[in-house]
Amino acid sequence: MLSDKERTEIEEHSRHYPRKQAAVIEALKVVQSHRGYVSDENVKDIAEFLEMTPDEVDSVATFYNLIFRKPVGEHVILLCDSVSCWIMGYETIMDHLRAKLKIEPGQTTEDGKFTLLTIPCLGACDRAPAMMIDNDLHGNLTVQKIDEILKKYK
Amino acid sequence: MERPLTQHIRPGETLTITDYQKHGGYEGLKAALKMSPKEVQDTVKRAHLRGRGGAGFPTGLKWSFVPIGDDAPRPRYLIANGDEMEPGTFKDRLLVEGNPHQLIEGMIISAYAIQAEIGYVFLRWAYKKGEKIIQKALAEAYEAGLLGKNILGSGFDFDLYLHTSAGRYICGEETALLNSLEGKRANPRAKPPFPQTSGLFGKPTIVNNIETLCNVPHILRNGADWYKKISLSEDGGTKIFGVSGKVKKPGLWELPLGVTLKEVLEEYAGGMQDGLKFRGLLPGGASTDFLTEEHLDIKLDYAGVEKAGSRLGTGTMIVLDDKTCVVGMVLNLEHFFAQESCGWCTPCREGLPWSEKILARIENGQGKMQDLEILEGLTKTLGPGNTFCALAPGAMEPLQSALKYFREDFERHIKEQRCPRRS
Repeated sequence: MLSDKERTEIEEHSRHYPRKQAAVIEALKVVQSHRGYVSDENVKDIAEFLEMTPDEVDSVATFYNLIFRKPVGEHVILLCDSVSCWIMGYETIMDHLRAKLKIEPGQTTEDGKFTLLTIPCLGACDRAPAMMIDNDLHGNLTVQKIDEILKKYK
Repeated sequence: MERPLTQHIRPGETLTITDYQKHGGYEGLKAALKMSPKEVQDTVKRAHLRGRGGAGFPTGLKWSFVPIGDDAPRPRYLIANGDEMEPGTFKDRLLVEGNPHQLIEGMIISAYAIQAEIGYVFLRWAYKKGEKIIQKALAEAYEAGLLGKNILGSGFDFDLYLHTSAGRYICGEETALLNSLEGKRANPRAKPPFPQTSGLFGKPTIVNNIETLCNVPHILRNGADWYKKISLSEDGGTKIFGVSGKVKKPGLWELPLGVTLKEVLEEYAGGMQDGLKFRGLLPGGASTDFLTEEHLDIKLDYAGVEKAGSRLGTGTMIVLDDKTCVVGMVLNLEHFFAQESCGWCTPCREGLPWSEKILARIENGQGKMQDLEILEGLTKTLGPGNTFCALAPGAMEPLQSALKYFREDFERHIKEQRCPRRS
């Protein structure tokens, strides 16, 4: 079941479009912002709310990079693997994160704190290598800096 | 040197509506509302403003394809394309975070020129700070009577909303963006019909890049002749150029169109980091052909870069140094394009992973000489005219030019069965 808050937020978005189904991406983002990810049940609930089929909703949910259809950790690390970051040392940063968190990209740490994902370009190429943790951008990354940044999320 | 788009932007700060108005903000709108929509279109045409999102299409001409008049379909839509997911590109972030009202003013004027009733800012998901800034600026603009009904007493109505994306490079493609905004998978659409006549929800729609729209207020405020004069080129105005990679000072600078490549690289980006040599660059984002040392004196405008065999694209350059492996770099690029292909058409869906696989083989020391022929074949098969949209042809631009300018690097990988730049 969608919460009242989720319904209100989705309705707020759907007012911007001539048909409410157009707000399905916003609906998925709203649900994800409250629950961390979008479960099968949530897909059905969104479909019912927007008068779509669950398959229609899921075809959209699975298309976009930033809709998580599986549970993620408390914090999601999005490390840019695009060209400018690659030139500026993405591989070193990735190796360090893998070793430090003891997970591979796509996985979540045992304590449920962090999910590690690669992401194509954050638009911070002048501050490469860069990553986002939740809504915060971190640039000019070095191995030492990573250690300090991760401490803040403990 | 005039820098109309960025002169009031300070690092880390956002211009409020009051600051913006103090510097002449919304004067362009006032001027536009005294003109007919057709006159606004003609002014922008005479200014020689071309699209800053990559394709360089003349903006006024694009607008002129929208049917206006009493029997034309309604509503009409205006969309600011701020998807900015071209790797190496980070210019619209500066404009959104630094001066949101410049974008809003540009959108109101452009909407007036095509008589659009509804607008959307389509913003990349990663610009969380920009998202908040635009939301606040939209509220300020509504409050000041600059958006909504009867704007500044002119009788013109325009509503503007923000949509933040959920990721995927293909959303930057004009017709894929329309599908995304309609809440669908972002597959591109067949053209014709063109969005100007049948776009969002089947209605006439203009999609302009954020930087393009930010130029419009200045053209209306200062005139087409002024706009042409601040450029060193046939193309009007300034361009936000950017440099990333191993240069001393990566960053963004607003410079006149027609500035030389050398000047941007050496004077603004500070040249290469100590101990590194320049080998080449992608002049306008990931989907543009490499340029090399022999091109350093070219003028950075649409025709100048095209003559050198590449494209001005987004104007944000990615620099290749002599310690970075060009095969690895192209592999990184094709990995990106293969992953971001929407899967709609076969050459792109199948061809891009194929090119990635071959490049990975070469980089990992298992390449064969005939791989280079296959790669060259792919640059033709995936080239212009064979795919639904420009994603795959764009993906082939860095590959085909790397094979042309840096062939010895590929051959050495194959002969030595290793990457010479890895231990």
